[in-house]
Amino acid sequence: MQGQDITKELIRDHGLNEEEYQKILNILGREPTLTELGIFSVMWSEHCSYKSSRTLLATLPTKAPWVIQGPGENAGVIALDDTWALVFKMESHNHPSYIEPKQGAATGVGGILRDIFTMGARPIASMDSLRFGDLDNPHNRYLLDGVVEGIAWYGNCIGVPTVAGEVSFNPCYDGNPLVNAFNLGVVKKDKIFKAQATGIGNPVIYVGSKTGRDGIHGATMASEEFSEDSQEKRPTVQVGDPFTEKLLLEACLEVFQHDWVLGIQDMGAAGLTCSSSEMAAHGGTGVEIDLELVPQREEGMTPYEIMLSESQERMLLVARKGTEDKVISVFKKWGLDAVVIGRVSGDGMLRVKVGSETVAEIPAQALTDDTPCYMRPQKDPGKRRRIRDNHSLFWLKEKGDISDPTYALKALISHPTVASKEGIWRQYDHMVRINTVVLPGSDAAVVRIKGTNKAVALSCDCNPHYCFLNPYEGAKQAVAEAARNVACSGAMPKAITNCLNFGNPEKPEVMWEFAQAVKGMGDACRTLETPVTGGNVSFYNETNGKGIMPTPTIGMVGILENLEWVVTQGFKTEGDLVAVLGETKGHMGGSLYNWSLQGVLEGGPPPVDLEKEHRLHQLLVELAKNKLISSAHDTSEGGLAVCLSECCISSPDLLGAEIMLDEIELETIPLLFGEDQGRVVISYLPANHDDIADLCERHQIPINTIGEVSGSTLSIQTRDHHLNLPVATLRELWRTSLFNLMHWEIPAE
Amino acid sequence: MKFGVVVFPGSNCDHDCHYVLSEVLGQDVEYIWHQEDSLKGVDCIILPGGFSYGDYLRAGAIARFSPVMAKVKEFANSGGLVLGICNGFQILLESGLLPGAMLRNRNLQFICQYVNVVVERDDTPFTMLAEKGQVLRIPIAHMEGNYVPPEGGVGGLENRGCVLLRYSSPEGDVSPEWNPNGSAGNIAGICNERGNVAAMMPHPERCAESIMKTQDGRLIFQSVIAYLEERKTKAS
Repeated sequence: MQGQDITKELIRDHGLNEEEYQKILNILGREPTLTELGIFSVMWSEHCSYKSSRTLLATLPTKAPWVIQGPGENAGVIALDDTWALVFKMESHNHPSYIEPKQGAATGVGGILRDIFTMGARPIASMDSLRFGDLDNPHNRYLLDGVVEGIAWYGNCIGVPTVAGEVSFNPCYDGNPLVNAFNLGVVKKDKIFKAQATGIGNPVIYVGSKTGRDGIHGATMASEEFSEDSQEKRPTVQVGDPFTEKLLLEACLEVFQHDWVLGIQDMGAAGLTCSSSEMAAHGGTGVEIDLELVPQREEGMTPYEIMLSESQERMLLVARKGTEDKVISVFKKWGLDAVVIGRVSGDGMLRVKVGSETVAEIPAQALTDDTPCYMRPQKDPGKRRRIRDNHSLFWLKEKGDISDPTYALKALISHPTVASKEGIWRQYDHMVRINTVVLPGSDAAVVRIKGTNKAVALSCDCNPHYCFLNPYEGAKQAVAEAARNVACSGAMPKAITNCLNFGNPEKPEVMWEFAQAVKGMGDACRTLETPVTGGNVSFYNETNGKGIMPTPTIGMVGILENLEWVVTQGFKTEGDLVAVLGETKGHMGGSLYNWSLQGVLEGGPPPVDLEKEHRLHQLLVELAKNKLISSAHDTSEGGLAVCLSECCISSPDLLGAEIMLDEIELETIPLLFGEDQGRVVISYLPANHDDIADLCERHQIPINTIGEVSGSTLSIQTRDHHLNLPVATLRELWRTSLFNLMHWEIPAE
Repeated sequence: MKFGVVVFPGSNCDHDCHYVLSEVLGQDVEYIWHQEDSLKGVDCIILPGGFSYGDYLRAGAIARFSPVMAKVKEFANSGGLVLGICNGFQILLESGLLPGAMLRNRNLQFICQYVNVVVERDDTPFTMLAEKGQVLRIPIAHMEGNYVPPEGGVGGLENRGCVLLRYSSPEGDVSPEWNPNGSAGNIAGICNERGNVAAMMPHPERCAESIMKTQDGRLIFQSVIAYLEERKTKAS
């Protein structure tokens, strides 16, 4: 092995520090080749190695009787029933989406889908958590437009419905939009596939698209801060081909029906390098591949380029010796390349050859498990956590007095974070596969599982404002809210996946935020019995030294034991009583009212009582199971007034409500717009009141009847104010706001 | 009755049509791979929605060259029932079995939502259980549903009785306001003059069960079943 001189500049350009390079020299006992340097560079990047986060992530709870596969594989797996299992994961594609929004977001969807079907599961539902800067900035509109187009293009074409998601806004995402893509699939429990190369001598087969020069060093890019010239990195964003992925999906699922395949890994970040070394390390074997056999779509590619390419829609699999022709014939039927490019070896090495010449030879463990690991210094930034911002109320046509609760409600209901996301989700095919029982726009999407009477409920949540003010409480709240959303639909929250989006971990303040968030998430997951089954960490979300607010996005999966129990958020029947579960204390710290109307972000976020939260979720499931309630809706951003408005707006008949809050001894603004946690607005037949009250008492959750469903106006009486807004007016404001901001055509309904 | 659901590379509503016909409506259903040259003796062929060949070049433009399409043409010409849904509509246009062409939606976005469609003909095998003027609530999900009629325009199609469904208000008013995609004359579905080949942009398979928002899609499939049963009775 010989080649280019490995200079200090070259090492630095590969994102490796001196200490890390020394470690490489020790592992190899010699200087690396350029190809080897490239391999170490991507595998030891933050994105692939989790070197700054691994130690902290190890503290998260990952076990429960229903967890079949925790972190460490392509995706987590939990049991649905005796036969079926659910496979799910969430992953970020933030950096590519900033540079090229359509392709960046599209390949994010493609990547997470591969993670799911690599495990043998058929993907049945996607969701996306998106964050952008404010929409008065045209660049943010361009990013949102492109990201949504990319998600729609890829997801719609491959035929996996995008059923839910969240979109929120803050100027901290101006140069760092977040695109977190979630997918869930179903698989038979005894047909789960893993990323391992087993059986010495077995063939290693490359399937899918040909390898090109796209995306080289994508993983390294995702491990750096951005600056003005990041646009120059456009060529490192991969280009997606959802049609090829659809073929790959169908071909893989067809091959999996036989006992030919022993292990499979998708080529995502770090492409062929990552898949081959991980399969070797997980299998406790080695892998030897010959790059001359790799299908290529460009001429003259060097070993370095082939190993580091992030061309999409590719898989590496290990088959039982003697079955390779059968495997290949299935892929050929679907019009895909499938080539034996190597063998499983027994010496623990990742050996890369070009014909007879060896161009890289590295112990696989050194690339996957024995990677650098840092306990980076942390520093509590202290009590300086506040932002005061001049707000233009740019999304409002009508200017008014924000201390007038009627005006404030109109302003909040049309705020882009609260307003209807119809303009976004109507671009997603959210119904294909005909399982979407609760369409987008409710607290959680509900997706039936064919062949059973069960359904899954999905929600993704995070309130970055809370996390900024207190990352521990904020992360706790994100888990609690995601679980509450799922429970509102009647499903029991079961497990989470996550995307932990943070700034530069080399800054002690950022590392402190991360550590606090992980602690909060861990505490919440333990009490709520929703273990972490996987996810990803995205650091370096900074542009020109300015980082994002800590954003630990939670993807929650719940199981609805019987599809008939499903509950939705809209009021259903005139005369139903309306009640609030939980306590209203008027907590304004971190509230959307304070931030969006006053430009103030300060104080502590609303605390979450995890034990009480857990009881609330169990109560909600009991209420659904006994068919005692007509609707349930979680109280979150914008507080009780926004929650009640949404119950009316989502009502199939646009029903209003008469609400009396005059017995609650709070000022009107905190009463209506405070964001106390652990609250749910329910409506129910008056005849069910005693049964409901009994269940509340048994679960020690306070219930407060506040009015009834009536007419077509939302009327709220507080001690010193009376609000009276036609539901049609509220719905119009809520429904059209985002369409108007984005200059999208508003459809008739 | 036996139905055939054609599977092109990139079809993605094939499973849905199969499920509704077999699990919900209790019919015999077979998948027909695009390279097959036999239609397996089916009574009705469904060309399902999706992105055949990724919709590359133009939606449906490549699928029409699949070997199975020659058989579908023969089948249609001999009076066999052919229903194209969404991408299936686009394929039927590209293959010349139905007249006209599709443009991208007026707003240049993919649109997935429930729409109202008013039934224009109740004497075809696909709508015989509906009534003329009846409004069905069925979802659409497409990027290219902006229908352009052939020479002679919408009037020509109307004269030949080829307009099957139009986008409308919930009350059945056909006005531009209720046109989601810019389609000429609010056209959502058409058929040939003989009435045995039909196509629609809305997805009836997505609303054919009690757990869905509506069950209006059942009417389309049940019409076909009723027609075929009637034909069978007459023949025997």
